[in-house]
Amino acid sequence: MKWTVLAIVALLALVLSVVLGPAAVPLGELLHSDIVWNLRAPRALLAFLVGGSLGVAGAGLQALVRNPLADPFLLGLSGGAGLGAVLAIALHLPGPWALPIAAFIGALAALGLVYRLGLIGGASLDPRILLLGGVAIGAFAAAITTAIVSLADAAELRNAFLWLWGGLSGASWDSVLLVALYAPIPLAVLLAASRPLDLLALGEESASYLGADVEKVKRRVYLAASLLTAAAVAVSGVIGFVGLVVPHIARLTWGHRHRSLLPAAFLGGGALLAFADTLARTVVAPRELPVGVVTALIGVPVFAFLLRRWTIA
Amino acid sequence: MLRLDGVSYRYPGASQDALTDVSLSVGLGEFHAVLGPNGSGKTTLVRVALGGLAPASGAAEVDGRAAHLWPRQDLAKVVGVVPQREDNLFPQRVRETVLLGRYPHLSLWGRERAADHDAVDRALAACDALHLADRWLWTLSGGEYQRVRVARALAQEPRLLVLDEPGMSLDLKHEMGLFELVLGLVHEEGLGVLMITHDLNLAARFADSLLLLEGGRPVAAGAPNDVLTQEAVERVFSWPVAMQTVDGRPQMVPLRQPKESRA
Repeated sequence: MKWTVLAIVALLALVLSVVLGPAAVPLGELLHSDIVWNLRAPRALLAFLVGGSLGVAGAGLQALVRNPLADPFLLGLSGGAGLGAVLAIALHLPGPWALPIAAFIGALAALGLVYRLGLIGGASLDPRILLLGGVAIGAFAAAITTAIVSLADAAELRNAFLWLWGGLSGASWDSVLLVALYAPIPLAVLLAASRPLDLLALGEESASYLGADVEKVKRRVYLAASLLTAAAVAVSGVIGFVGLVVPHIARLTWGHRHRSLLPAAFLGGGALLAFADTLARTVVAPRELPVGVVTALIGVPVFAFLLRRWTIA
Repeated sequence: MLRLDGVSYRYPGASQDALTDVSLSVGLGEFHAVLGPNGSGKTTLVRVALGGLAPASGAAEVDGRAAHLWPRQDLAKVVGVVPQREDNLFPQRVRETVLLGRYPHLSLWGRERAADHDAVDRALAACDALHLADRWLWTLSGGEYQRVRVARALAQEPRLLVLDEPGMSLDLKHEMGLFELVLGLVHEEGLGVLMITHDLNLAARFADSLLLLEGGRPVAAGAPNDVLTQEAVERVFSWPVAMQTVDGRPQMVPLRQPKESRA
């Protein structure tokens, strides 16, 4: 029953993304419309894929660091990606893929640094250090980014700023294809780790005694969640709160078993971002709000509500 | 089933060994208890015995194979552990948490089958916790939660049960109940049991064999009457005691040391 509702919600989100927009497209002409096929459809699909990836990455990360208030962007990736993107803008790197590639490389560099920090206590990955290291590296990268932006001219500044807050306006069938080919691998890795993630909730020692290969699971989940987040940021900028809030909402109905939680988080995250993007495009039409703004505006009240519920439980 | 042979271990960066030349053998249908003051190496012993730490010298084997070479999932089908501490992150019901004990038996993508749910019910029934099955964990008392944790270990259908200080923070009724439960499992299910405990008296009453550790070294091992002598207890625990016998087992009674009488 709940899966049916979720499927309907997801479908509705996609349909609304395609049907609604600043340019009014009569329903009868939908299937023939250039706008629909070349702009809205790929954008809707990209929003769904990115939102879904963030939802799953968030759920996996919360289980890994044993903190239900963790968000994929605490990993420091967004800082690195932002720095990469801003460098690409400041250096006037050519081509439509310059920005995403630079952002992805920046995210990977941040990932590498934080991972290295996480190993600082020895061979065992320490999730607390991953969190703290992520915040530190992210802040450092953000500081450098701000320094560069402060020296840039007005147009560049605005571009950088808008990119940093997240936007799906660059969506194309190419980017959809890229994400659709890339995301399934880390998604599958996370899904395969469902049971060990359930066990990890009891603590590393208990999980190990119940058969989990704890070190392997931590590495895989961290890398898979990071790679998903890096791709999401590279393609659509920093979109916060989806990775934080969607797993919690999913847990309210699906509980904590990751085998059902992860797919629910994917569909829920996809639906949420598709809705948010539709709002971003239509609320101040013909102009556009950055999608990260919409997810934050929706996400913060939802998060506050969840916090209350969580402390009551 | 579980064997330690002259095992020594030192934690990285430590100034002395946590375990020195410790030997232990736990077979099926045997109840062994490890005793010793704080810091004597009891928890380290469990970690080495189960392959979490590799011994610097000596051998740690489970069922004839080196403990740290056992794949974790295979080991979990054979040994059920109730560690000292558990930090359950998310709210859960009793049945769900005991079901986690079936995970070692589940394949990567396979679902739980009826046999798994039956194992959960049997484990809960053995621990007198079946009536708690649908309760949320946070509503349980300390004693009930401890029984649920034992049930989870039993749901693994192990041949060996390892418990680390299971009686800590349990009241009299629940602690006695736990020891009776464990002894019952040894006699009725033929499980081997290794228990670490602070409670010398209960260990002496219930266990077949004791190992007394001091500073990581074995002081005495064997039948309770042979191990818990007055000299041994007084020396290892640094406190004067009187020894009595109940049910043929040694019981120690700590003597008072009022401030004035100490020099």
